[in-house]
Amino acid sequence: MAEKTITIKVLRYNPEQDQAPVFQAYQVPFSDDMSVLQALLFIKDELDETLSFRWSCRMAICGSCGMMINGNPKLSCKTFLRDIYPETVRVEALNHFPIERDLVVVMDDFIDKLERIQPYIIPAAPRSLAQGEYLQTPAQLEKYEQFSSCINCLLCYAACPQYGLNPEFIGPGALALLHRYNADSRDGASAQRMELVAAEEGVFNCTAVGYCSEVCPKHVDPANAVNQNKTTAAGNYFMSFLKPRGTSK
Amino acid sequence: MNRPLKRSNAPIFWGLFGAGGMLSALLGPVLVLITGLAVPMGLLFGADAMSYANMLAFAQHWLGKAFLFAIVSLFLWHAGHRIFHSLHDVGIHAGPGAKAVCYGGALLGTVIAALSLLSMGF
Ligand code: SF4
Ligand code: FES
Repeated sequence: MAEKTITIKVLRYNPEQDQAPVFQAYQVPFSDDMSVLQALLFIKDELDETLSFRWSCRMAICGSCGMMINGNPKLSCKTFLRDIYPETVRVEALNHFPIERDLVVVMDDFIDKLERIQPYIIPAAPRSLAQGEYLQTPAQLEKYEQFSSCINCLLCYAACPQYGLNPEFIGPGALALLHRYNADSRDGASAQRMELVAAEEGVFNCTAVGYCSEVCPKHVDPANAVNQNKTTAAGNYFMSFLKPRGTSK
Repeated sequence: MNRPLKRSNAPIFWGLFGAGGMLSALLGPVLVLITGLAVPMGLLFGADAMSYANMLAFAQHWLGKAFLFAIVSLFLWHAGHRIFHSLHDVGIHAGPGAKAVCYGGALLGTVIAALSLLSMGF
């Protein structure tokens, strides 16, 4: 019996040697339960060891295997060949990021943004050990829980046309994480983070396209986080005219 | 980390856009239905409901003025903002020129609406 195969076209690029990225096609044995990541691993093990891509957990947890699959930002470990077969699978590096090599992108811009949002709990007042642990009600947990599921996979950045237009934009993923800390009852630093939210690189770059939330593999809904922060930033903007000069922030 | 941050003045335009969006979503279709179809076809309020004299009286009342001003200007601000941000999708790179046309158009419309409403008297 002839083995079923599927064609995988991969965008190859080594910036140090190649003039421009080019597609290279591979024939990979097809089975019902194979993910695109497994197909890439097959290529690397059996056909072409020079192919570069990131991966680790194989189960949509680490966030390292994001790539464009037939034009859409996807986790390659969570995308199955059976949903594409018998069409060709077209695999490219994530949109809107410079290519380091083949499917590996340069993430520096995002890492820098991650630092700028202060993604950690900054308590309003210091708390001593004797005061014990923080207590949180289920309702308080619910306020931020969804936004804490982000795995930094960058699919939402590849989906965001506004980030594509203006890379200064803090972007969906980092803003969702910023909101995660603002919305946490243990945190007291929303006012500090407001400066970035309301800045020219902040939430108002968003034009409510919503594709970020559609592609997010963890149902974080970054578009919702950005929109909530637009409302607070607008309120803060108009309130700032009412305060006496010198006390703004 | 310490790059200087410049506060965005977008809330003004975003606020006008939002207000216009709300108003147009709530009233737009109804207004088209009433003024464009129901009244001209004589289905509502009788045949001369939108006669010149009636409309002038409406626009001369301060409440009518406020209503007309809000409808005309906020619809324009909404449209200007929406069109500006959609230009990219139809392949036009939106620069300062496009911004001037979109928001300038809304501003011009607002000024014309205000002036004509005031010049009609009370
Ligand atoms: S918000 Fe979703 S799509 Fe964006 S980086 Fe986090 S997990 Fe990925
Ligand atoms: S390999 Fe970890 S998310 Fe895909």
